[in-house]
Amino acid sequence: MAEEDPAAAAAGSGSESEEGQEDGERRHRQLLEAISALSGRKRRKLAERSEASGQVSEFNVTCKGAGEKLVLSELLQPIHPKSTLGSVRKELARVKRKAAVELPLSKEEAKRVVREAAYVTTSKDVGKWQQVVLQNRRAEQLVFPLRQDIATVTPLERVTSAWKARTPLEQEIFGLLHKTQQPVTDPLLTPEEMASVQAMSLEEARRRRAELQKARAVQSYYEAKARRAKRIKSKKYHRVLKKSRRRQALKEFEQLHKSDPAAALARLEELEQLRMQERMSLKHQNKGKWAKSRAIMAKYDLEARKAMQEQLARNKELMQKVRVEPPEEELCEVLEEDTTALPMPSGANPWMLGRPSGLAPEPEAQEGPRDDIVPGAVENKDKMEEEEEELSEEEALLQDFEQKRRERTGSPEGQGRDHVGADETEIGAEQPRDSPVPPVCAEELVSAGLEPPPQAQEQLLLSEQPRRVRTMEDVENLAKDELVEEQEKLVVLRAGKQAQQQEEGRAGDRHTKKAPAKRKMISLEAVLDGKPQEMDCPSLPVVLEEEEGGIEQRGMITEAFAGDDVVADFRREKRKAEEAGKPQPVNLVLPGWGEWGGTGLKPSARKVKRFLIKPPPAPQRKDQHLPHVIMSEKRNIHAAAHQVSELPFPFERHQQFEQSMRTPVGPTWNTQRAFQKLTAPRVITRTGHIIQPISAEDVSDTAPGSEARLEGEAMPSRKAGPGKKAVSRGKAGPGKKAVSRGKAVPGQKAVSRGKAVPGAKAQPRRCRAQ
Amino acid sequence: MRVKVLSRNPDDYVRETKLDLQRVPRNYDPALHPFEVAREYVRALNATKLERVFAKPFLSSLDGHRDGVNCMAKHPKSLSTVLSGACDGEVKIWNLTKRQCIRTIQAHEGFVRGMCARFCGTSFFTVGDDKTIKQWKMESPEYGEEEEPVHTILGKTVYTGIDHHWKEPVFATCGHQVDIWDEQRTSPKCSLTWGFDSISSVKFNPIETYLLGSCASDRNIVLYDIRKSTPLKKVILNMRTNTLCWNPMEAFNFTAANEDYNLYTFDMRFLESPVMVHMDHVSAVLDVDYSPTGKEFVSASFDKSIRIFPVDKGHSREVYHTKRMQHVITVKWTSDNKYILCGSDEMNIRLWKANASEKLGVLAPREKAAMNYNQKLKEKFQFHPQIRRIAQHRHLPKSIYCQIKEQRIMREARRRKELNRRKHSKPGSVPFVPERKKHIVAVVK
Repeated sequence: MAEEDPAAAAAGSGSESEEGQEDGERRHRQLLEAISALSGRKRRKLAERSEASGQVSEFNVTCKGAGEKLVLSELLQPIHPKSTLGSVRKELARVKRKAAVELPLSKEEAKRVVREAAYVTTSKDVGKWQQVVLQNRRAEQLVFPLRQDIATVTPLERVTSAWKARTPLEQEIFGLLHKTQQPVTDPLLTPEEMASVQAMSLEEARRRRAELQKARAVQSYYEAKARRAKRIKSKKYHRVLKKSRRRQALKEFEQLHKSDPAAALARLEELEQLRMQERMSLKHQNKGKWAKSRAIMAKYDLEARKAMQEQLARNKELMQKVRVEPPEEELCEVLEEDTTALPMPSGANPWMLGRPSGLAPEPEAQEGPRDDIVPGAVENKDKMEEEEEELSEEEALLQDFEQKRRERTGSPEGQGRDHVGADETEIGAEQPRDSPVPPVCAEELVSAGLEPPPQAQEQLLLSEQPRRVRTMEDVENLAKDELVEEQEKLVVLRAGKQAQQQEEGRAGDRHTKKAPAKRKMISLEAVLDGKPQEMDCPSLPVVLEEEEGGIEQRGMITEAFAGDDVVADFRREKRKAEEAGKPQPVNLVLPGWGEWGGTGLKPSARKVKRFLIKPPPAPQRKDQHLPHVIMSEKRNIHAAAHQVSELPFPFERHQQFEQSMRTPVGPTWNTQRAFQKLTAPRVITRTGHIIQPISAEDVSDTAPGSEARLEGEAMPSRKAGPGKKAVSRGKAGPGKKAVSRGKAVPGQKAVSRGKAVPGAKAQPRRCRAQ
Repeated sequence: MRVKVLSRNPDDYVRETKLDLQRVPRNYDPALHPFEVAREYVRALNATKLERVFAKPFLSSLDGHRDGVNCMAKHPKSLSTVLSGACDGEVKIWNLTKRQCIRTIQAHEGFVRGMCARFCGTSFFTVGDDKTIKQWKMESPEYGEEEEPVHTILGKTVYTGIDHHWKEPVFATCGHQVDIWDEQRTSPKCSLTWGFDSISSVKFNPIETYLLGSCASDRNIVLYDIRKSTPLKKVILNMRTNTLCWNPMEAFNFTAANEDYNLYTFDMRFLESPVMVHMDHVSAVLDVDYSPTGKEFVSASFDKSIRIFPVDKGHSREVYHTKRMQHVITVKWTSDNKYILCGSDEMNIRLWKANASEKLGVLAPREKAAMNYNQKLKEKFQFHPQIRRIAQHRHLPKSIYCQIKEQRIMREARRRKELNRRKHSKPGSVPFVPERKKHIVAVVK
């Protein structure tokens, strides 16, 4: 039997499909085993698992013989002989294991155990409130008392059921009611009413009502629209409307013609009838009162004239003999005639386009008339209008472009391009080192006495680098400061057309007039310019001290730090800080105030001069004479007394705090709803209501989910407990990052002491020491 | 000729009745309303100033007792009724709306040590120095009837405090032990002891009503469970706790008023250290009571002042005192969260507003909105030094002021000494002990 085990095990799991294969395998194995048995020694083999099978257990129990037949004789045999000593041995072991009975706990000890157990269970019980407590602590708003007594309305039936008719009058009335089968107590509805109520379900009724409502609304919309349209006085509108209607009619007619020629014919007849009637009526001759008045007015009034013309055209058209043609074409004809009858004010008269006359000489504007000249181009009319629109857009674009260019050059309209050039040259002169683009090109342009073509100029502006932009700002500032002087200077410039003269004149001006204003800057630059040479002297000996053949090293270092020019960066930074510190002039110029306004018009220089308010010069900077130091003077001690110096507790970053300060809550800045929401109090109590302690019912009332939580909550860990939370709250305090709104950030404070460039600082100091 | 006329929809500007407010169309474009922070700051400043101007918390004094007021009890169903017991054994029932005493009972010989009302409000219990527990009817007796207790229980020892169960006809007294009584019986249902010392106060938990807390003169606070009739845990503090009060909204939190001038809020699950130490009093704290919202509590102190503490803050938000108020022995916060009552040595009960600057009476909707807005502004700008300065300013009697100063100096000296000791000893040998742990001696299981 043992030899057959593995095979059986394998076979035991086999499904029906695999049975044949399985069987073969088993035979093969049996054969092998028979052979091995022949060799003499009988080996016992463990069942081994060769493939995935659901019936292999870890105890090596296999369901062997699943497919085999059971023999009755096997069952009759005992499995193996039972030993009688087993029970005795067990008894012995038990006796050996057992020790003497322990002493009972002392009373104190026992009590303590009870207490501990009770404490654990009780705190678990109490811990189920944890979620509720946290929820209430975090709640945006709590309304007390927690259990609101809802005023319940008792149904009328219930009220009346208790009531009984007592007085004879009441009884009489009741009797009447009963006679007419009026319900007295319970249903309150007559059977008929009930039936009717049941007949139409609520849903249906609602739907029906909604439909009705919608229909009514749509009707009212239409009415309102019609009324509105009727009230519109614009002739053009009506014209367009008429036209569109006509078009619509035509389309419909075509459709009709296609679908039902007979009906179309009838319709045509009708139309013809109409036309005939109109013709008969002589409405369009110059006989009517209106026509006469128009005739008088036509001399003076363009509109009237137009109307007259229209009338005449119509008349003419009506008077024409009707050609008999196929209906479709005829209709087209009619339509065309109709369109011809339309007024064509703009088509006939190019001057009626309403385009700004000032722009006529523009090249694009010249295209307009070309199109417009086509006389009586009725078909083109729509297209033309579109074109017009396009044109006007283009013009607007162009104007914008021009405007921007002017602004960029920073010169008033009237002063031409010379001035732009002058500015450019100034920039060049001021920033000889900083500007990578040599100022020569601009200067050359000016010196040639030519207006640089706009495109070239644009390119020049565009090719500028960030640094240059900064200088532009500089220039703008300067220009604002000394606008008058520049104007004077420009007069000079204009007077002398020659390039040489211009150069000289400008140079002279700059030296004479700019010098006092720019003294500060120049002196600073002088200081800064002087430095690099100074820096060379100390650095040399230092390096020599450190290393003999340090030149290579130095070379390497310089190579390594070739990119970052710390000194220049610092200088730039300082200049930026200075610029930022300068008070800006206040521009109160209102264009169009007291003079002509409009696009492309600039306020006069006088106005600009008068309303550009120059601020008093800023006090001298503290770091004025300290070239390697930037001292921030932003901190205002007077304001600091009113500012928060430490980040308050619930906030983790100063941005958060600032944000919270910045969002206003008042009704001035918020809508009523938002205001109410923002200012909702945290706790609301009602006067005269007793607030009961919270109870499980309250919890289920307020939050449906929390009751379950209250029941199922296990004892929370120490960390999750509210104690911990409060602890962290308690810790909050001065240890946090100190930041305030508008105040100097800690880093900045350090800066204000005297910021020095990390690399450059040491060297000049050393230099000074030497 | 075309004439253009302005046309407006009357619905936009015509009021339905002349009592309606005029509708004011508003443009919320921020460009039109600049300087919002600055303007709100000014508004907040004004609101804070006004709050201080209107902060007049004292409403009235109920006088009539002929000895110091020793205990008080709130009526559970009536806001206008309050009971007080004095040191001469007299019990008075007051009507707060009329500010009158409506009934006087000579309840005990000697002190009335404690009193409590039954949860239904039909009767109340008093305990006194004469070793008796007496139950009284809340209604005054009919004409000609004698003022007599419904029940009188004669005990063996002096009872120092009493509290009634919140839902069942069960009450607890304390003295040498904590006794749980059934109202129908003359002997206690069970007695809970843990060591032997006089227990000064016992309080039922209002939420988990089977829980009980007591504090004894041997400096401990003990918790009990009456379901299992066993004590649960004991925490021993540095000094004696006078009373404790459970938070009515947070089942596991209670606050203990301690002899060492502090109050300790505990989480009963973690008694090793209090959740918060509330310090501001300059003398022993004698009584404490929670606001019904569970957000704040009021404490009465031997230093002749009462203070209001937020539950989660270590310092008080308000201090009330008057010239004539002596050591405050008992304090109660009314059930509508609006008023505070305190009974003091000099025989008076004083009625205070819980919110000092609150306007009493009905508020118009606009008033309410303005009040909410001001509150929000004060909250928003509370960290700004000028506003904080104004909001935190309180006038104190000279004695308290001096004591505070003195104690500050003492605390500073202690701190300095500890620092020095730490500096001059082996690192780690003088450990840092957080303030919360300092006051706990031991937790006994």
